[in-house]
Amino acid sequence: MLFGQRLRALAGWIATLAVAAAFVVALAAFFELLSHPGEERTQILRGYEWFTSGDLRVAFDLRWDPLSALMALVVTGVSSLIHLYSIGYMEHDERRETFFSWLNLFVASMLVLVLAQNFLVMFLGWEGVGLCSYLLVGFWFNRRLLVVNPLGRLVEGEPDDTREVWAPPAAKKAFLANRIGDVGFLLAMFLIFATTGSLDFDVVFGEAGALAAGTATAIALLLFLACTGKSAQFPLYVWLPDAMAGPTPVSALIHAATMVTAGVFLVARTHTIFEASGTAQTVVLLVGAGTALLAALIAIGQDDIKKILAYSTVSQLGYMFIGVALGPIGYAAGMLHLVTHAFFKAQLFLGAGSVMHGNDDDTDIKHFGGLRSAMPITFWTTMAAWAAIVGVPFTSGFYSKDQVLAAAFEHGGIGLLAWAIGVFTAGLTAFYMSRYVFLTFFGERRWPEGRHPHESPPVMTVPLIVLAVLALVAGFALTTFTGEGGRFQAFLEPVLGAPEEHESLAAAAGLSAAATGLAAVGAIVAWLLYVRPFDWLALRRRWAGAWRPLAEKLYVDQVYEFFTVNLGGALAAFLARNVDQRGIDGAVNGVAELVGSSARSGRRLQSGLVRSYALGVLGGAVLIVAFLVFRP
Amino acid sequence: MPLMYPLVFAAFLFSAGVYGVLARRNAVMVLMSIELMLNAVNVNLVAFNAYLRDELVSGQVFALFVIAVAAAEVGIGLAIVLLIFRNRETVNIDEVDLLRW
Amino acid sequence: MHPLAQATTQPLPLPEVDWRAIAPELALAVAGVVLLLVVAFWPRAGRGVLAGLTLAGLAAAAALTVWNWDLERVAFEGAVSLDGITRYARAVLLAVGALATLMVAQGDSREGEPDDSPPEVFPLLLFALLGMVLLAAASDLLVVFIALEILSLSLYVMAGETRRLAAQEAAMKYFLLGAFSSAFLLYGIALCYGATGSTNLLEIADATGDPTADGTLLLAGVGLLAVGFLFKVSAVPFHMWTPDVYQGTPTPVAAFMAAATKVAGFAVFLRVFAGALGGLVVSWRPVIAGAAVLTMLVGAALAVVQTDLKRMLAYSSISHAGYLLVGVAAAATVPAGVSASMFYLLTYAFMVMGAFMVVQYVSRLGPPDDDAIGERSSLEDYRGLARRHPWAAGLLAVFMLALTGIPPLSGFWAKYYVFLAGIEAGLTWLVVVAVISSVISAFFYLRVLVVAYLQEPVGDPGAETAPGRTPALGVALGLAGLLTVAIGLAPEALIAAARSAERILG
Repeated sequence: MLFGQRLRALAGWIATLAVAAAFVVALAAFFELLSHPGEERTQILRGYEWFTSGDLRVAFDLRWDPLSALMALVVTGVSSLIHLYSIGYMEHDERRETFFSWLNLFVASMLVLVLAQNFLVMFLGWEGVGLCSYLLVGFWFNRRLLVVNPLGRLVEGEPDDTREVWAPPAAKKAFLANRIGDVGFLLAMFLIFATTGSLDFDVVFGEAGALAAGTATAIALLLFLACTGKSAQFPLYVWLPDAMAGPTPVSALIHAATMVTAGVFLVARTHTIFEASGTAQTVVLLVGAGTALLAALIAIGQDDIKKILAYSTVSQLGYMFIGVALGPIGYAAGMLHLVTHAFFKAQLFLGAGSVMHGNDDDTDIKHFGGLRSAMPITFWTTMAAWAAIVGVPFTSGFYSKDQVLAAAFEHGGIGLLAWAIGVFTAGLTAFYMSRYVFLTFFGERRWPEGRHPHESPPVMTVPLIVLAVLALVAGFALTTFTGEGGRFQAFLEPVLGAPEEHESLAAAAGLSAAATGLAAVGAIVAWLLYVRPFDWLALRRRWAGAWRPLAEKLYVDQVYEFFTVNLGGALAAFLARNVDQRGIDGAVNGVAELVGSSARSGRRLQSGLVRSYALGVLGGAVLIVAFLVFRP
Repeated sequence: MPLMYPLVFAAFLFSAGVYGVLARRNAVMVLMSIELMLNAVNVNLVAFNAYLRDELVSGQVFALFVIAVAAAEVGIGLAIVLLIFRNRETVNIDEVDLLRW
Repeated sequence: MHPLAQATTQPLPLPEVDWRAIAPELALAVAGVVLLLVVAFWPRAGRGVLAGLTLAGLAAAAALTVWNWDLERVAFEGAVSLDGITRYARAVLLAVGALATLMVAQGDSREGEPDDSPPEVFPLLLFALLGMVLLAAASDLLVVFIALEILSLSLYVMAGETRRLAAQEAAMKYFLLGAFSSAFLLYGIALCYGATGSTNLLEIADATGDPTADGTLLLAGVGLLAVGFLFKVSAVPFHMWTPDVYQGTPTPVAAFMAAATKVAGFAVFLRVFAGALGGLVVSWRPVIAGAAVLTMLVGAALAVVQTDLKRMLAYSSISHAGYLLVGVAAAATVPAGVSASMFYLLTYAFMVMGAFMVVQYVSRLGPPDDDAIGERSSLEDYRGLARRHPWAAGLLAVFMLALTGIPPLSGFWAKYYVFLAGIEAGLTWLVVVAVISSVISAFFYLRVLVVAYLQEPVGDPGAETAPGRTPALGVALGLAGLLTVAIGLAPEALIAAARSAERILG
């Protein structure tokens, strides 16, 4: 028993060391890969033969090429830091050993996903990360979490917050959205096998160019449906903000840095299929741009710090999809944004977690202010990540966002639309992120009496510092060392193909200036509103008509809810009079409710009476015989 | 005699059995109704046998098997009904509805 | 010469008795009779002895099955046919029978359990298996009927043989509805006989190609045959008995029913519809496809709202019948449909038996409650199972994930092959419905895991009694879990074996 207790205490360290070891191995393998010339950098590890039968051969083949190496490094690297952070964050949770085992399982599944050499193994990882995400979102299944009231009053003494258990429905919502996406993945897999006769990446991509346009479009759109579920894009993004019910390290690891980027990775991995279908690329581009704008708008209206970051994640994922939808000129840019985003968004979430840790698990931005002096390390590291996401020149986000926008501009046509949306969204991003840091760390203190904000222990601040440094220097390190286009692009070229031409430096500078300028405007407006002594709540009340739609998430969730719950509910109510509509939240729950309520009415047929069952048998028999005999 | 006569007769007999199963609440009556259905099939089998002039007389053989199986079925059916009656003092099948939904 | 004298000099046209062809069935019958005698004349024989004898009988039948493995012929004037379906079904059924024997034998460890079946359950199990094995081999509608009745009558008795009210009620419902539906089946057989002039499947197959045969009569007969088979495999709308019966009967019997009846039922379904009536596929495919859609969706949707694990498993077995019907619908034109369905049956049998074994284990955790109407299998009893019994919870997770169809467990491959066969047969729309249904079904399977892993146990865990020594159940659980994982990791050999079942003889 004593030993068991000691082991429990060590669980976090063991899990962290395991992931760190994976990172070291990945790093070694990465340098081994670099020792080969560019075109020989694809190694396939023929693994255990799952089975062969007829023309279908499926094996646990793993693929180690620049793309998967990049993903593996990001996944294991960021995971190591977040595991370390979790040791401190989850210190007082009595189920922390469960938490760490699931977190480790997640990392393993994610590695399977990124290292797969065929669609089936990838699907294995895809399902695995989904399952872990579901379990971890619902980890605090009975904890009462803060429900932030967007139009609530500013605290004077007592916080007016309410707490509810919202992890289980959030987990359900995440699960359902992901399952809808999984339908896409499964159907795409069947279609791929039906047309190419294989699931192996090399074979499938080899034949992708020869696919009929309609088939390629169908496969690509089905795969993209899977991406919208996993990577929280319109219309399935609604689960991600709710998934913030999970512990904050989970939000940082799964719902910001790694799992949600799996969709971007999938598009990059199967880029030959997307290239075979212009329609699919256009759809990805428009969905990505639309989601980026929509989520940025909603982020402006949120008061829950984790939800601000969640919508920000959705928005930044939109940028990544813009990048990978553009063809060879955008792939490297999209992937670079994936990497830099993993660093700065992980830092932002961990920073938010640190703020919560020091403030009694409060997440309402109205209750902070002036935390700068109380939590200096959290403050300075968050400012570094803020600089990256806002796009302050020479930070990592500046490079990646700039490259995505430049690629969109150069792509021309519909790309110009994406560019315009992207530049505008960059301004919005600067505004809501500045609002976030200003209201949290600057200005007057608004926290309730009796609360003593304090800095987190070193086990939590060390990851913050490392991630902040990465957020600052990663872009510069990955691109500028080797000049135009950059080392990063050259590294990925063997997998993703080379763009046809490079644009001129002067035009690039002009484009950067446009985006940076708009971002500066956003940041300055935020400064004027939130740092200067200014009653922004009064402004909010006066302009409630404009504010409310943003706070209410532009009513998207309500629209979903209306269509699935009300219409479905009306239908179900027609079938069975009393439909239980309590506890319904959001679109995705609505679908579940539709199934549930129709099932409850269907259940009434199961009366327990033999004679009614016999009537069912007779009815079925009459139907079948009548159909067979009287069919024209 | 045209084949139609026994077939229609058998169909009526079968329908009467089905009606009995659906309308009767007494488990023993339900059992008897099922017997009626089986016998309707026997009429069919024998009639077809005669109509087809089947040298293997499979229809009649089949009917014999059905009779034997029906006897076994009634035996088991009555045993189950008896068991229920001993524990609940009822043979009304509408009152046997602990398991539902 | 006197006609009588002339007749005596001629050899009698005796039918040829091909003992070897039905050797496994004979072994089961002999073992059943022996056990019946043992139970009758040696009432004090322990369950261990009876279980050992049963297993010996099963082993003998299995050995004879292996001996007959390469035999491909039609025996008894076309009444029994030995082909891939027969031997595959025999192997699966005997394995299922062995697992069920272990589950039934487990009753020993806690005296006075009201859930324990009396010793007669062992011979009945053998007779039921005899009926099932014969059903899978039957290629004459007469044999189909006899075999179906052998298995049904045995199961009716097995279902009701405990002191629980729920079990008795389940037996009565199962019996009345089973007899009712077998009357429909019989009517269908009579009509098919009238339309084609034979009860032999080979001759029926010839006659369906004959345009002079009475189409209406035959189609009505085919419809009623479908009713009978759909009832046995519990397809919607003939499914309503399933939840009540699975919930009420003792768990080992429910597991046996869920696994073995499906195997036998689908074997004969494939042989009759994809084999003999293959010529009429255009007519019956919409019926089977329609039933498949209803079965998948209704089964999955109703499973979502269940609060009792046994009942949920019943609805789950209904939705699995729907996936199998996709295979049947495909099988008439695509041989892969047959092999995919047979492989599905193999994997499904072990997954579902495993799930019921966990139910049996958990039902023993509380103190014996003689007054309850049924066994404890409410989802409430599974709260926090992972903390209290990590092994049972882990196995439960394996079976639930396999039933969901998550790779790399066996259930994934089963679904994969059936869906692929469906696409190959041009039933893409049906496969889309199947994928959607499997998405819905993930809900309730994973809900069980959430209850077991995420929720706190209710009440005082200290008050819980130990489940007692459960060696037989432990062995059975281990085997089922091992098979579910192993088939998932290396399905190749079994797929190849199923491929050999594609050619249907008679």
